[in-house]
Amino acid sequence: MYTQALDVQGADAATLDEGVLERRFLERVDAEEKIEPKDWMPARYRNTLIRQISQHAHSEIVGMLPEGNWITRAPTLKRKAILIAKVQDEGGHGAYLYSAAETLGVSRDQLIDQLLSGKAKYSSIFNYPTPTWADVGAIGWLVDGAAIMNQIPLCRCSYGPYARAMVRVCREESFHQRQGYDLMMHLAQGTPAQKRMAQEALNRWWWPALMMFGPSDANSTHSGESQRWKIKRFSNDELRQKFVDFTVPQARFLDLAIPDPLLRWDDIKQQHEFGPIDWSEFDQVLKGNGPCNAERIAARRNAHAAGGWVREAASAYAEKQRRRAATLAA
Amino acid sequence: MSVAVANAGRTDAEARDLFCFVLRLGDLSLVLGQRLGEWVGHSPALEEDLGLANIALDMIGQARLLLSYAGEIEGRGRAEDDIAFLREHGEYLNPILVEMPNGDFGQTIVRQVLIDAFQLEMFERMAASADQRLAAIAAKSVKEVRYHLRYSSGWLLRLGDGTAESHARVQSALENLWSYTVELFAEDDLDKAMADRGVAPRLSEVQAAWSQRIGEILAEATLDRPKDRPHSWHGKRGQHSEHLGYILTEMQHLQRTYPGARW
Amino acid sequence: MSSSEDKRQWPLYEVFVRARGGLDHKHVGSLHAADARMAVDHARDLYTRRLEGISIWVVPSHQITASDPAESDSLFEPARDKIYRHPTFYEIPDEVKTL
Repeated sequence: MYTQALDVQGADAATLDEGVLERRFLERVDAEEKIEPKDWMPARYRNTLIRQISQHAHSEIVGMLPEGNWITRAPTLKRKAILIAKVQDEGGHGAYLYSAAETLGVSRDQLIDQLLSGKAKYSSIFNYPTPTWADVGAIGWLVDGAAIMNQIPLCRCSYGPYARAMVRVCREESFHQRQGYDLMMHLAQGTPAQKRMAQEALNRWWWPALMMFGPSDANSTHSGESQRWKIKRFSNDELRQKFVDFTVPQARFLDLAIPDPLLRWDDIKQQHEFGPIDWSEFDQVLKGNGPCNAERIAARRNAHAAGGWVREAASAYAEKQRRRAATLAA
Repeated sequence: MSVAVANAGRTDAEARDLFCFVLRLGDLSLVLGQRLGEWVGHSPALEEDLGLANIALDMIGQARLLLSYAGEIEGRGRAEDDIAFLREHGEYLNPILVEMPNGDFGQTIVRQVLIDAFQLEMFERMAASADQRLAAIAAKSVKEVRYHLRYSSGWLLRLGDGTAESHARVQSALENLWSYTVELFAEDDLDKAMADRGVAPRLSEVQAAWSQRIGEILAEATLDRPKDRPHSWHGKRGQHSEHLGYILTEMQHLQRTYPGARW
Repeated sequence: MSSSEDKRQWPLYEVFVRARGGLDHKHVGSLHAADARMAVDHARDLYTRRLEGISIWVVPSHQITASDPAESDSLFEPARDKIYRHPTFYEIPDEVKTL
């Protein structure tokens, strides 16, 4: 069972030595056992998970915005339905992940508060704009593609509720990537104007998608311990390489050009070599200076603030109903 | 005439009537689906984003079935998207109520309750329509609409009987939107013809059932039923508010900018 | 936001879904809702978008009492050596059928 709200019966781990508990914990992780909410876990493990899961949840929620942007302008009814279902799934993923984070002893309100106050991070990729319909396709194909690459290993993460949420997320996410590619394919095989739209979107999203895997291994601060705890199973660079190797042939099939003049196949390594990533851009966007950072957070803040009276009314109504039921019973 | 060929057994006039009537139903779903789509990502709570998106999806689904059928009745080779995206303002036959802006969540819920109850009474009866296709579409849609009304009326209770602020907000939304319900039941020649042919129910009957159901919901939500006032501008005859133009501009943007492109 | 906002947070419900007729309801996750009816609606929209279920239970999370992992040894280990509870414990000659 799953949540911080559950009635915890006097677990008395405090009587045991921290060192012993940590050793047992690591043995269980090594044995590929799942850690469950009420099990003892090191505070750092708990905090790492809260940070990672909530960032992931925030990313899903903020991620609804750039594509949601196109719901009212989708070019056909079928595309409109697909896009609504997709953006809805992202909300669903956010909800699964907030639930998983809540099992670690934080409330959703606290997490939302951290997002809205700017204290919590979310994936920088959603601070890029979606000026054309092709951006919707590029997000599905590249951003969701990169996300899946990151997320599939998380289905085996040592923390049970996170792993289970990710199984559900990944199952749904593959629809997202395919619909994105399908959308791009229609554009790439369409009129010259449509093809140009597709190419420009690929140009916009290629490098930000590569940055989604995070800093190169040499500069990644959280990687070591996360791998020890089996929260993370592959390094940023390993996953990035895999993504490039998967995506290049997909782009070739669309007859679209990857915007990297240094991209080439390395016959010895049997993988693609690609040009250097502009990490200064990554840092800028991360620091809040991306093209849409302010708008994204403002949209979330507005929705939250405008919905305050609604949430409050629902609570008030529930309370009235409880009182009425109590009066009837008395 | 191609219309007659495509509609064996129907005269041209009958086909034209049926075409317009199906557009009325289909445009209602289309425009409301479009409006609800605006909410996704901006709702009062994450779970409501999912709820409103589900209703939007059902609406778009209904629109697809109905507008495809309209295209077949017309017999000029227009598919669902040609009809959904490439008509002019006055050719849309939805009631004005569904093009009214989302406003706050309360206004959206009030609009939804009023329409859900209307669709429910229509589709329940149309499941026995003399028109087989409409009967099938109604039988499918009525299941969706029953849930929509459960969702929207549940929210109307919470907001009407919630806090003083929420009560005031939904009461005011109700006052604002009430006049637009008049056209739902204002029977014109087309409605009469459809009822005479057993295609659709009598609007007077639909109105009685709707009125009773809405009355019960409003009472439970502690809301006052607004006074009936005449309102004779009817979206179902192509007379729209200013809002529809903006909806269409947004919705038709890609189809108009890239004529003939496939998506 | 802090305390006044926290009071407004909708309570947490645990969601159980029956995937098909004949199966048990299975825990699928949790969600927030102001009341039980809303919890069922939210569960429907959140956990059965792809035909994952035909029946939903929702339970306020705080009403669930769970066993304590610290007591797992005493709760569950004692069942381990009672292998005679399992049919495979007994060796029956091949000639004896339908047993």
